[in-house]
Amino acid sequence: MSQTKPKKLVVIGNGMAPGRVLDHLFEKAPGAYEVTIFNAEPRVNYDRIMLSPVLSGEKAFEDIIIHDDAWYEKHGVTLHKGKKVMEIDRAERKVVAEDGTEAEYDKLLIATGSSPFVIPVPGKDLSGVVTYRDLDDVDAMLDAAKSGGHVVVIGGGLLGLEAAYGLKRQGMEVTVLHLMPTLMERQLDASAGYLLEKALADRDIKIITRANTKEITGKEGKVAGVVLEDGTALPADIVVMAVGIRPNAQLADDAGLEVGRGILVDDHLRTSDPDILAVGECVEHRGQCYGLVAPLYDMAKVIASNLAGDAAPEYTGSVTATKLKVTGIDLYSAGDFAEAEDREEIVLRDAAGGVYKRLVLKDNRIIGAVLYGDTADGAWFFDMLKKGTDISELRETLIFGQAYAGGSPLDPTAAVAALPDDAEICGCNGVCKGTIVQAISDKGLTDVDGVRAHTKASGSCGTCTGLVEQLLKFTLGDAFQPDAVQPMCGCTDLGHDDVRRLIVAQELKSIPAVVQELNWKTSCGCAKCRPALNYYLLATWPGEYVDDKQSRFINERVHANIQKDGTYSVVPRMWGGITTPDELRAIADVADKFRIPTVKVTGGQRIDLLGVKKEDLPAVWADLNAAGMVSGHAYGKSLRTVKTCVGTDWCRFGTQDSTGLGIMLERFLWGSWTPHKVKLAVSGCPRNCAEATCKDIGVVCVDSGYEIHFAGAAGMHVKGTELLCTVATEGEVLEYVGALMQLYREQGHYLERIYKWADRVGLGVAREQVVENAERRKELNARFVYSQKFMQNDPWAERAQGKDAEEFTSFRLAHLGKVA
Amino acid sequence: MNEMSISTKTQVWIEVCRLEDIPPQGARVVRATLGCVALFRTATDRVFALEDRCPHKGGPLSQGIVHENGVTCPLHNWVVDMETGRAKAPDEGRVRTFPVQVDDGRVLIDRALLA
Repeated sequence: MSQTKPKKLVVIGNGMAPGRVLDHLFEKAPGAYEVTIFNAEPRVNYDRIMLSPVLSGEKAFEDIIIHDDAWYEKHGVTLHKGKKVMEIDRAERKVVAEDGTEAEYDKLLIATGSSPFVIPVPGKDLSGVVTYRDLDDVDAMLDAAKSGGHVVVIGGGLLGLEAAYGLKRQGMEVTVLHLMPTLMERQLDASAGYLLEKALADRDIKIITRANTKEITGKEGKVAGVVLEDGTALPADIVVMAVGIRPNAQLADDAGLEVGRGILVDDHLRTSDPDILAVGECVEHRGQCYGLVAPLYDMAKVIASNLAGDAAPEYTGSVTATKLKVTGIDLYSAGDFAEAEDREEIVLRDAAGGVYKRLVLKDNRIIGAVLYGDTADGAWFFDMLKKGTDISELRETLIFGQAYAGGSPLDPTAAVAALPDDAEICGCNGVCKGTIVQAISDKGLTDVDGVRAHTKASGSCGTCTGLVEQLLKFTLGDAFQPDAVQPMCGCTDLGHDDVRRLIVAQELKSIPAVVQELNWKTSCGCAKCRPALNYYLLATWPGEYVDDKQSRFINERVHANIQKDGTYSVVPRMWGGITTPDELRAIADVADKFRIPTVKVTGGQRIDLLGVKKEDLPAVWADLNAAGMVSGHAYGKSLRTVKTCVGTDWCRFGTQDSTGLGIMLERFLWGSWTPHKVKLAVSGCPRNCAEATCKDIGVVCVDSGYEIHFAGAAGMHVKGTELLCTVATEGEVLEYVGALMQLYREQGHYLERIYKWADRVGLGVAREQVVENAERRKELNARFVYSQKFMQNDPWAERAQGKDAEEFTSFRLAHLGKVA
Repeated sequence: MNEMSISTKTQVWIEVCRLEDIPPQGARVVRATLGCVALFRTATDRVFALEDRCPHKGGPLSQGIVHENGVTCPLHNWVVDMETGRAKAPDEGRVRTFPVQVDDGRVLIDRALLA
C-alpha cells in the first residue's frame, strides 16, 4: 500500500461490530485509513452483551466500556456522538447527518444494527413501555425499578428473560409473557424450556406461556396494566418489550442499495455498491440475519482483512451457540435440534440434580446440542459440531462429556489440555485455544486479565473465564497463581492459609486478637469464621489457648448432637468397635432411666442414644462414665471412630491383629480436634471387611505388615483412598498416622476433609513429609503427641461434674418473683 | 431467684436472672407458659429476648452462635437479627421479640407477654 494520503473510511454506527472491525484494521494496517464514525447514541462503544449485568446491578456502565475516549484520540478517529446519519449520497460519496454534518468517504461501512420489534397492540406508545436494546433502555428500567412495583416482560427469549431476572434483582414483581408454549423455543427444546421455567419460578419470576397480549392499558398516559386475549389482566408499572429484533436497513434502502430483511451482502460483506460494506445485525448474508455477537465478530475479521488489502478472507456464515446470563442457571444451546426422520438423539436426564443434556445426531455427527444444569462440555460439543467430527467411536459415552471420552481423567485442566488447538474457547470473540496458549507463552502472561487484554478471550460475556484459567494452569503449571484467594468469610479478605500463617507469625492467641490485628471488618467475627479461628488457635497453641465455647457449633459446645426437635443424641466410645455385657447393660439402663426413645447401631460400630433432653445430658453421661464409657466425639470435627474387623483373633483369613491395632489407634488419637471429622478403619486382610479404603485414614493388614491409606471419602463424595506407604510394625503405624494427623491439623482449612486437603496441596506433600523425610515425620508425630496431652480429658466427665452447668439448665417462669 | 420487680405505667417488669447468668455471646432459655424464650447476651452486654423458634423449621435459636446482634440457628444456619427478629436475606421470616431491660445487672422482662 502506498504511503501517500490515507483513504477515508466512514462508519455509520458505533456498536460492537464496527468497533471490532476497527480494532483489527488498526492492528493490520495502521494509518491506512482516516476514520470518521457517526453514532446515534451519545456515547462511546460499549459491550452490549453486558447490559443484563448492568440491569441486575452486578456491573456498572464503566465496567462495560470497550473503547474509551482516549482510544478514539489515539487512533485519530473522529467520533460524532449523538449524530444520526440521514442520507448516503452515493453520487457525491458522502454521508449527511441530521444536524447537517457531512463526511466524504472512499469506503463506507454501514453498521446500523437492529431495532427492537414493538408489537402493534393498543397502548404500545404509553409512557412506561420500554424496549431492551441500549443503555437508555436500561436507565429507563432502572429508574422505574426505583419505586418498585410490577413489571410485565413481553417475550420469553434470551433478552426478555435476562431483563426479567435483572428487574427481579432490582426488587420488582416480575411476570414474563411468552407467546409460545415453552421459553426460548428458538434455542431450547421443550424439556430444557420446562427446567428453565421451573428455575425462574424458583426465583419468584412468574411465567405465563401461550400468552397473547391484547392490549396495554394506561392511566393518564402512563402504563397501568396488560390484558391478554383470554381476558387475564395483569397490573404493570412498566412493560418491557423483548419480542425480537429487526435489522435497520432503511438508510441503505433509501440509498438504493439492495435490501431484503437486512442489507444484502456477499461473502466479502460488500453491498450492491462495492465501496459500501455492511457489518453486524443490519446485514442479511446468505439468507441469514444474526442477533448474537460471535457472527458479528467473524464478519469483522473478514472486513478488516479486506480493507487492509488482503482480499482472500471470506465470510461463509456462522453456527451459533447461546448461553443465558442469569446467575445460577446454566444453559447452553447450539445448532439445530428440531426432530426429524433422519436424526437420532442421545438424552441424559438427572431430574434430581437438575441436569438435562440432549445431543442431536445426523449421520454420526453432532448437529445440535442442548445442555441444562451442567454446561461444562458445551465447548467440546460445539467444537465437534462445527467440525462435523464423526462421533461413532465415542458414541457410548459421548453424552457424559469429554472427561469420559477415551478414558481421559476428570481433572478439568486435563480436559482442557485434551482440546485441539483450534477448539474455540471464547465463543463471543471467536478465540481458540491455540491463540490463547501462544499469547500466554509469547507475551509472558500470568493471569486472566492479561489474556483478556491480549486476546479478548473472556472479555465479553465472561462465561469462559474458567476455561481461560484452566488454560493458564495448563500452560504455566505451578507458576499460575489464580489471583483471587477465597476469603475465609465476609469478615475478612484473607484466605484460610493467610490467617493460619499470621496466627503463627504474629503470635495471635485469642479470637479478639485475630479480629483486632488482622483488621476484621466485623466487631467480633461471624458464625463462619469464629469456629474456624477457634480451631486454628487450638491447633496452633496447644496447652495455651483457652477454648472459646461460644465460638463452637452447638454440638461441640454441649458434646452431643442436636436433633431436629431440639433433643440430643449421645454416642459413647466403643474402642475399635469392641464392647462388653456390662457396657451394654449400662447403656440399656440409661435408656430406660431417661426414657430415651431410640437406640440405634451406627455405621461406625457403636451405639447411638437418640432423643435425650438437654437437661438430662449430664446425668446420662454420669451413668455412662460410671460404667467406664467416655464421649465418642460423634458430634465433633475430631477423631470419630476406628472401625475394625476381627482379624487374627477369630478370622480364618486374618493376617494381623486388626482389632488390637484399631483399639491402639483409637486410644492414641481420641480427643484430638481436627479441621473436619476424621474416621479410620483397620482391616485384617485385603478382603477389607472394615471398609478401610474409603476412610480418611485406613490401614489394611497384609502378611508382610500394614498398608497405610488415606484421603478416602464415603459421604457426599465417594472416593477410594490413596496408598501412603507400607510399614512393618504396629509402632510404625502409630508414628506415621500420628504424623499424618498432625500435618492435616496444621495445613487443613477448617471444614476441609483429609481428601480435600490432599487434593488441594497434592498427594505428594503427605508422601514427602510423612514417608520420605523421617526427621520431619518424627517432628510432626512429636507435636501431635504433645498436643494430645491436653486433649484427652473426657468432656462428658467434666460436665457430669458440673462444668458449664448453666448450659444445661433453664429458667422457669413459674419460679420467678411476684410483681411489686 | 431474686423476688424484685419494677412496675411502670404500661409494663410490669420482672427479673429473670442476673446479667452474669448469661454467658457473653451466649444464651439462656426461659420456659414460659406460651413457650420458650431465648435470652441472648452480646459481646457488648446487650440483652435480647426472642421466641426460641427459628422461623424456618422451628430450631432452638438459643443453641446457636451469637455474633454482633445476630444469632445463627443451629439447624440450618439461618441468621436472625436479634433486634428485629427478622431472618437475614435471602431467607424470609420473623420471630417474636420481647421487650427486655438490663437494670443494675438485673435482666428484666415484661411479665404480661410471658404469663
